[in-house]
Amino acid sequence: MADTLFFQSIGELSGALAARRISAVELAEAVIARTRQVDGRVHAFNSFDPEDALGRARASDERRAAGGARGPLEGIPVGMKDVIAVAGQPLTASSKMLAGFVSPYDATVTRKLQEAGAIPWGRLNLDEFAMGSSTENSATGPTRNPWDLTRVPGGSSGGSAAAVAAGEAIVSLGSDTGGSIRQPAALCNLVGLKPTYGLVSRYGLIAFASSLDQIGPFARSVEDAALVLGAIAGHDPLDSTSVAGEIPDYRAELARRRGPWRLGIAKEYFGAGLDPEVGAAVQLAIDHYRKLGCEIREISLPHTKYAVGVYYIIATAECSSNLARYDGIRYGHRAAAAAGAVDLYGQSRAEGFGPEVKRRIILGTYVLSSGYYDAYYLRAQKVRTLLRRDFLDAYREVDAILTPTSPTPAFTRGEKAANPLAMYLSDIYTIGVNLAGLPGISIPCGFSRGGLPIGLQLIGQPFREADLLAIAQAYERDHDWHSRRPAL
Amino acid sequence: MSAPTDFNLDHVAALARLALTPEEKARYSSQLADVLTYIAQLKEVDVRGVEPTAHAFPVVNVWAEDEPRAGLPVEQALRNAPAQREHMIVVPPVVE
Repeated sequence: MADTLFFQSIGELSGALAARRISAVELAEAVIARTRQVDGRVHAFNSFDPEDALGRARASDERRAAGGARGPLEGIPVGMKDVIAVAGQPLTASSKMLAGFVSPYDATVTRKLQEAGAIPWGRLNLDEFAMGSSTENSATGPTRNPWDLTRVPGGSSGGSAAAVAAGEAIVSLGSDTGGSIRQPAALCNLVGLKPTYGLVSRYGLIAFASSLDQIGPFARSVEDAALVLGAIAGHDPLDSTSVAGEIPDYRAELARRRGPWRLGIAKEYFGAGLDPEVGAAVQLAIDHYRKLGCEIREISLPHTKYAVGVYYIIATAECSSNLARYDGIRYGHRAAAAAGAVDLYGQSRAEGFGPEVKRRIILGTYVLSSGYYDAYYLRAQKVRTLLRRDFLDAYREVDAILTPTSPTPAFTRGEKAANPLAMYLSDIYTIGVNLAGLPGISIPCGFSRGGLPIGLQLIGQPFREADLLAIAQAYERDHDWHSRRPAL
Repeated sequence: MSAPTDFNLDHVAALARLALTPEEKARYSSQLADVLTYIAQLKEVDVRGVEPTAHAFPVVNVWAEDEPRAGLPVEQALRNAPAQREHMIVVPPVVE
């Protein structure tokens, strides 16, 4: 039986739209109705504007009627994490600090999606300022995992993941600083891709840690992720760290790249702390690649155990600097009662930021402060060099690396909320990818006995997303995990 | 290895321009001590002769042509200001 409209792939919907079996307005109406039906329970959205989406859908139908359809994303609703600017829409980072903020301009990814005909849809919940792994640190309340409403969807892009898993969006955009796309994708049975640092412009993305942040897609298939990546990738003069280079037709490349590949298994990613069911599912995926004729090689990434430590120095240092702009002066929350400018800064920030953001600002300020810079920040940057070297050495032998995405399936709400360190360790397999600037993708690779999704992470070489997607699809083609839908 | 004992939360909070309540100070002190203890494991790594990485890929200065182009209209730029008057942002006095 075919999926209902809101669970169909971009390929299916694009075909139906092109053949005029459905209109973009009908598709938008189906997604809006589904959102109204389930979001009271899921809380993927901070806000959504049905009239705005329907207006954009009508414009899409008119373009198509006039022979001006813009490509495979024409008329497709794309959920937007609430850190990505869409002109005229709220932009809150799920923080009280930005309550009421309205974007004066579009992010580059927003502009590119619209140039591809897509419809930016809704403002998706996240851990405040993208700091967290569970989407519990949100000023609007936690997002729930559509597969089990008592559990977290992962984070920080938990709303982006839950919306696509629940049929409240066809695909969505998230941002990934230490695993914030891949980990929620794994916990919600989705494909989630963090592109190579520099492939996608960060202009119009609220900054968390600028040397690590990347925007990427959530999708229910590798092909859909490839289509969205193709639309948003590319050099942007407005982001000086974005890289010039030809952007391939990622979907077309999927059919062209058939392997076999040399795949690396790093023993450091299969140690203590890995849930046995996750380990078993990942092992079956490795066995499958072997059956496909891939050469499986044991490799070592010896500095892996330091990745979380390095990350929580570098990411917090960068965040303490980036978030200094929220001072209650030009925009954002301003405290009502303050005695002078300095007091206004301190009070506005005290009232506007939530606990995890404050913790990270304090840690980041400390590691950058006079007398500690060399011991923490500079040392972390040097270990970052070693971590990156581990990966580049491995890529002399292998085309990609297979790991679990998350050490466990979705955990219950509140389970790690009081213990920041335990929460930080839930990103242990994803953080190295950001520190090394590499592309990483999580794809569904099974379910626990309790019915919770399990993700397989594939880590690729810089700017070789076309290969990474093809390797991912080689597994997906032979399995149906990604076609399963939560009962809601 | 243990966390540094000279972690002065009041000093760091002042640097960060964050006014903290006594409850927050107590909670953050113990939580950050755990994190700092964990981070202290980086001291085992031999980093002699290793260059620091600020960005995963070499970032070079990017030059742009000095061409004027339209910016945000004042109304848009001030749209999110907490207080404004005559196209300016209202702030507390900083000079007595």
